[in-house]
Amino acid sequence: MNIESGSSVLERPLTQHLKPDAALTLAEYEQTGGYDALRNALKSMTPHDLTHIIRDSTLAGRGGAGFSTGQKWNFVPDEDIVTRRVPPHEMDIVVPEPHLWGHSESGFSTGDKWCFMPFGDDSPSPKYLVANGDEMEPGTFKDRLLLEGNPHQLIEGMILAAYAIQADVAYIFLRWAYTKAATRIARAIVEAYEAGYLGCNILGSDFSLDLHLHISAGRYICGEETALMNALEGKRATPRTKPPFPPVVGIWGRPTNVNNIETLSCVPHIVHYGADWFKSLSRSENYGGTKLYGVSGRVNKPGLWELPMGTTAREIIYEHAGGMRSGYNLRAFLPGGASTEFLLPEHLDIPLDFKAVQSAGSRLGTGTIIILDDKTCPVGMVHNLEKFFARASCGWCTPCRDGLPWTARILQALEEGEGVPTDLDRLQLHTKLLSPGHTYCALAPGAMEPLQSALKYFHAEFEQHIKDNQCPYRS
Amino acid sequence: MLTDKQKKAIETEILRYPKRQAAGIEALKVVQAEQGWVSDEDLKDVADYLGMTPAEIDSVATFYNLIYRHPVGRHVIHICDSVSCWIMGFEQVQQQIEEQLGIGMGQTTPDGRFTLLPIPCIGCCDHAPTLMIDGNLHENISLDGVRDILEAYQ
Repeated sequence: MNIESGSSVLERPLTQHLKPDAALTLAEYEQTGGYDALRNALKSMTPHDLTHIIRDSTLAGRGGAGFSTGQKWNFVPDEDIVTRRVPPHEMDIVVPEPHLWGHSESGFSTGDKWCFMPFGDDSPSPKYLVANGDEMEPGTFKDRLLLEGNPHQLIEGMILAAYAIQADVAYIFLRWAYTKAATRIARAIVEAYEAGYLGCNILGSDFSLDLHLHISAGRYICGEETALMNALEGKRATPRTKPPFPPVVGIWGRPTNVNNIETLSCVPHIVHYGADWFKSLSRSENYGGTKLYGVSGRVNKPGLWELPMGTTAREIIYEHAGGMRSGYNLRAFLPGGASTEFLLPEHLDIPLDFKAVQSAGSRLGTGTIIILDDKTCPVGMVHNLEKFFARASCGWCTPCRDGLPWTARILQALEEGEGVPTDLDRLQLHTKLLSPGHTYCALAPGAMEPLQSALKYFHAEFEQHIKDNQCPYRS
Repeated sequence: MLTDKQKKAIETEILRYPKRQAAGIEALKVVQAEQGWVSDEDLKDVADYLGMTPAEIDSVATFYNLIYRHPVGRHVIHICDSVSCWIMGFEQVQQQIEEQLGIGMGQTTPDGRFTLLPIPCIGCCDHAPTLMIDGNLHENISLDGVRDILEAYQ
């Protein structure tokens, strides 16, 4: 990871203090002002105050795996909801239109999301908070940095979030492959308990929280929040039907709120420096804060940078990632992981925030850019992506279970010079059959995003594979 | 039969959850840590211990990538085959490893030293191509470097 130094604390709150290849210890984190926000919040803020600050900060969810976690909140709650909270019986009214499913939790206001947790003395208990650290979206390597580099920042963010929603128990859901993060988080949790930041009556307050680390056993679908809940319960991680939504019926049937690692890591800084400061970090009108942006592929300096939300792809690719490697030109890029639509060089100047990227026909997703260069076959790249999604399908619903392998096989045939002209129609048809509303969760619709944009932008290459009976990029 | 040590380890895991069954994945990992995989016999033992049917726990065991229901070698190589590593040439790395070990994906060397498996994106895309062996991450793999990496795992 490329951690640059030199900026002031107020510019890159998430990564400013990271050390190369070591986690901040508790003492080091405290020296940077760590746990001050928690101390102040427990002393002088109500849970509602805290939720208000997060809501005012316009912190939007940084998950972006392309699942339907956010669309359920597709209506915008009015101001009143923050103060009165949503009673459980009203939650089920919030049924998303099927055609709206399949986008992303990214972009949804975190403060609003917290407001959906039932509140008050008569709310069901225990309530749960889960940090989603199942980062498995191909091309995405942003949460790893925060998990490995500053687990206390995440833990403080979780305690604050738990206080805001009055959760009793919290879990960090971590993918197995992040072995280094697992060791460091486990140590940090012990440190936090010993220092009185976790457990009963935290820092002498009335608030108590238990925090556990759950290390999964590897499966992409665990990143979908309802599948994640099944995984936490020790079951097969198939998604659940919605409604009921997690704040009504979550893990073990109790109210549950799931947030991404980057989202939660922003929370202590917002509480410490305020909503206006957080908004001022951003170049985007609608979404506050910084964003972890990454670039992989044939650039000079692949890496990850914390930059103002709304930084352009051009700046990220050409300044931070050092531009294309000699002998390679930029043909297209996926702006935020495998399940986002391709963008072209003509899109380089759009600010990478949720709204602007959507206007350009794609999604910000996880904000980690994957570069398609001019010497890499677009059909081969989409084949790799669809092969992944076919394997990642949980098998629960037929369109996804059967449609994705079919898509991958057609693409393989094209790559091997065995494509026929009707293949392109069949691929096009699949982008409809597996579109939002036709599948149980958003995995398959997400899988169709790179495919449908590739069919649009690289049609000539697809046809050439059929006409020449071979992949033109293979010698 | 589960050993006392295994039972103790599973009980520690159970403490994190309100229900015993929730520790199923951890229990399978505890068993797997001993001999590298989960046999039918182990599966039944874990099921009995957690109050589940063997079918229930097998449905979990077969769902997750990293629980093995077949014997594996002393060292498991996971090659990342996702998009960034594909762009940066993991297929050549895979080919090199397959030739060197004389096995294909999903196979174990006759001497029981290595099992070769694919893994989806391991979140190290800025250092592609990458692979993991026994949970250790290896980055920026070059064709020349493969032999040295494998040498460290006997």
